[in-house]
Amino acid sequence: MTEPEGSSLYARSETVQSRSVRGRFRSWKFLAMVVLLPWWYLAPFLRWNRGPGAPDQAILIDMGGRRAYFLGLEIWPQEVYYLTGILVVAAIVLFLVSALYGRVWCGFLCWQTVYTDLFVQIERMLIGDRTRRLALDRAPWNLDKLARKGAVHLLWMLIAGSCGIAFALYFGNAPTMLPAILTGRESVAIYGAIAVVGGFCYLLAGFAREQVCLYMCPYSRFQAAMFDEHSLIVGYEAWRGERRGRWRKGQTFEGRGHCIDCGVCVAVCPTGIDIRNGSQLGCIGCGLCIDGCDAMMDRVGLPRGLITWDSIASQAARARGETPRHRLVRPRTLVYGAILALSLGVIGWSLIARTTTEMTILHERALLYVRLSDGSIRNGYVVKVQNKVRSERIFDLQIEGLEGVRMSVIGGGPPLKVASDSVGSFTVFVTAAAGIATGRRVSLAFVLRDLKDGSETRAESLFVGPDR
Amino acid sequence: MAPVEKDPVTGRYTTGHEWDGIRELNTPLPRWWIIVFWVSVVWSIGYWVLMPSWPLLNGFTPGLLGYSSRADLESEIAEQKAARAVWLNRIESLPAAAVEADSELLTYARAGGRIAFEENCAPCHGVGGVGAFGYPTLADDEWLWGGTIDEIEQTIKFGVRNSNPNSHQSEMPKFGADGILTPQQIEQVADYVLTVADRAPVASLPGAEIFAENCAVCHGEVGEGNKDIGAPALNNQIWLYASKLGNQKPEVRAAEIRATVISQVTRPRHGAMPAWSERLGPGTIRMLAVYVHTLGGGR
Repeated sequence: MTEPEGSSLYARSETVQSRSVRGRFRSWKFLAMVVLLPWWYLAPFLRWNRGPGAPDQAILIDMGGRRAYFLGLEIWPQEVYYLTGILVVAAIVLFLVSALYGRVWCGFLCWQTVYTDLFVQIERMLIGDRTRRLALDRAPWNLDKLARKGAVHLLWMLIAGSCGIAFALYFGNAPTMLPAILTGRESVAIYGAIAVVGGFCYLLAGFAREQVCLYMCPYSRFQAAMFDEHSLIVGYEAWRGERRGRWRKGQTFEGRGHCIDCGVCVAVCPTGIDIRNGSQLGCIGCGLCIDGCDAMMDRVGLPRGLITWDSIASQAARARGETPRHRLVRPRTLVYGAILALSLGVIGWSLIARTTTEMTILHERALLYVRLSDGSIRNGYVVKVQNKVRSERIFDLQIEGLEGVRMSVIGGGPPLKVASDSVGSFTVFVTAAAGIATGRRVSLAFVLRDLKDGSETRAESLFVGPDR
Repeated sequence: MAPVEKDPVTGRYTTGHEWDGIRELNTPLPRWWIIVFWVSVVWSIGYWVLMPSWPLLNGFTPGLLGYSSRADLESEIAEQKAARAVWLNRIESLPAAAVEADSELLTYARAGGRIAFEENCAPCHGVGGVGAFGYPTLADDEWLWGGTIDEIEQTIKFGVRNSNPNSHQSEMPKFGADGILTPQQIEQVADYVLTVADRAPVASLPGAEIFAENCAVCHGEVGEGNKDIGAPALNNQIWLYASKLGNQKPEVRAAEIRATVISQVTRPRHGAMPAWSERLGPGTIRMLAVYVHTLGGGR
């Protein structure tokens, strides 16, 4: 059904079939792909020796065992704030890089970009470049179209499936898990995760493509807020290109702009935008239009750089005939840099200060204190000792801050034994003679001492007595 | 009904419905929606056949797959019971003291005992054994019927003052109601008991002699109590029929204790407790005994 112009608020999306191109930025994109994809697929197979009884996978999120391993670091569930830290750092790096160099993440590093690029390369291999693909899309269904399209989708599905499997491998022992997955011996949950991740890879990289960047992705929306006139962005030098117009060999460029309106910059764009309309949401900063335009300028015999990866300030300087000066150090980048240094510092410090023993004290709540027959007052505590070392440890437990108290542990002790890589939970009773804690809450500290290396861990708590 | 015609602006047909001159464009449901609708219809027919679905007068159609969520639940419960039986068998085969000595069994018994306690005992004794007016605190070290683990297990099994032949039985005479003591004598003995509670009995008080003649036979010469007949110790500040926290001003507290002693001597109240062996299995009772014993006051 054709609708007259302006009758609908809904813009029907046109499939973007981008033309292939050669040049600097295309090479960078290929380089990013050949570095990132093998890393994504092979990282789960890296090994890291953590001693006997511990998994030897360098990067592992062990959901069942409630541990995350990253090289020498072993994260417990209650330390999930490290994940927050990584996300904070990632966000600020994104801000800083956007302010300095534009949408490098979007153009070269994002999963969506890399997998879409890979999927397009497969289309190019099996069907042909832009014109062939457009022609095949228009062509009626026949055996050739079916075979080509079928092969494309089959390959897409294989790649998407491998993406899902690679994701799953981060959650188990990759060398044993991979054969188990391939021979159907894994759990439903694993296959479910593979289906979800793989399914979305197929859907997003095969069909949604630039729609993800335009409508789904929050980053593309806010990255422009990090830009200023000194950020490097992909831009069309309108002062030089306009008035644009068609050009035939032999014609002069006197009295007109250098843009020959060949449309290459639009044809090569993976999101299907026209960069000559200025910086926009749809521009992921991949620079393929620069490659396309430079090649065209070479053929026309004009200097390169009608579309540039440069700042708005430099562009304006060139328009005025001045030599542009690029400023990396600006208040914006200084602030981002400072926040980045601060967050890295906090995470680094907390990693250095991270202990292998932690103690938490839970004061009993069901009854805050018990009056014993001799008038003395007893408080109950649950003492939880986290032993983050892969060997059994024995601790002594003492009380500080309250004189003349008796301590007893249900099940006997101290010494308290805590099994390797686990949490020991002890019920501890502290009894104080009548009057010591009457009418007040006294703070007291539990001191845990490793009997082997003498290291101490303190935890504060309260001793509660009756009002009178 | 207006004639169906083509709308010049959108190029679509109208439905033919008209209200006050407003005509409606024909906007059919999207094809994918229709497909999903019919697929759902087909799916639901398959569901009727395979799964329990149709109610009948006395039951329902079970479906070819024979699925039942009740059967699922039953098999899960059976699985849980089998998993627990391993532990319960060990706990039942050992004396309670041996269960406490084994750190693994102790942990299991305290966890299981806590659940059983909160379901069965907490309504009277409070969560964590905090106790209530008339219901003994189980976290302190005063025990009416003995605080060793075997005595605690015995009390849980057979209870107090119930119809079970093995339950603890004993009653304090109604000294006031039966006219054994005069109201004046009762007040005198109450004054004396207050000094006993402070562990400083004043022998010169008139109540001292009355205590020795009437009370000491059960409650002990110095008010130390007798766990064999459930006679509470009087020589401490733990009172069954007084507010539990004892957070009042000293003179208010003393007046409350005096009043409760007078009331108890005049017409005693007696607590009762069910024989839990009639309701709970031996493993659960042993876990309860371990839990109560390790609440802090066990002897």
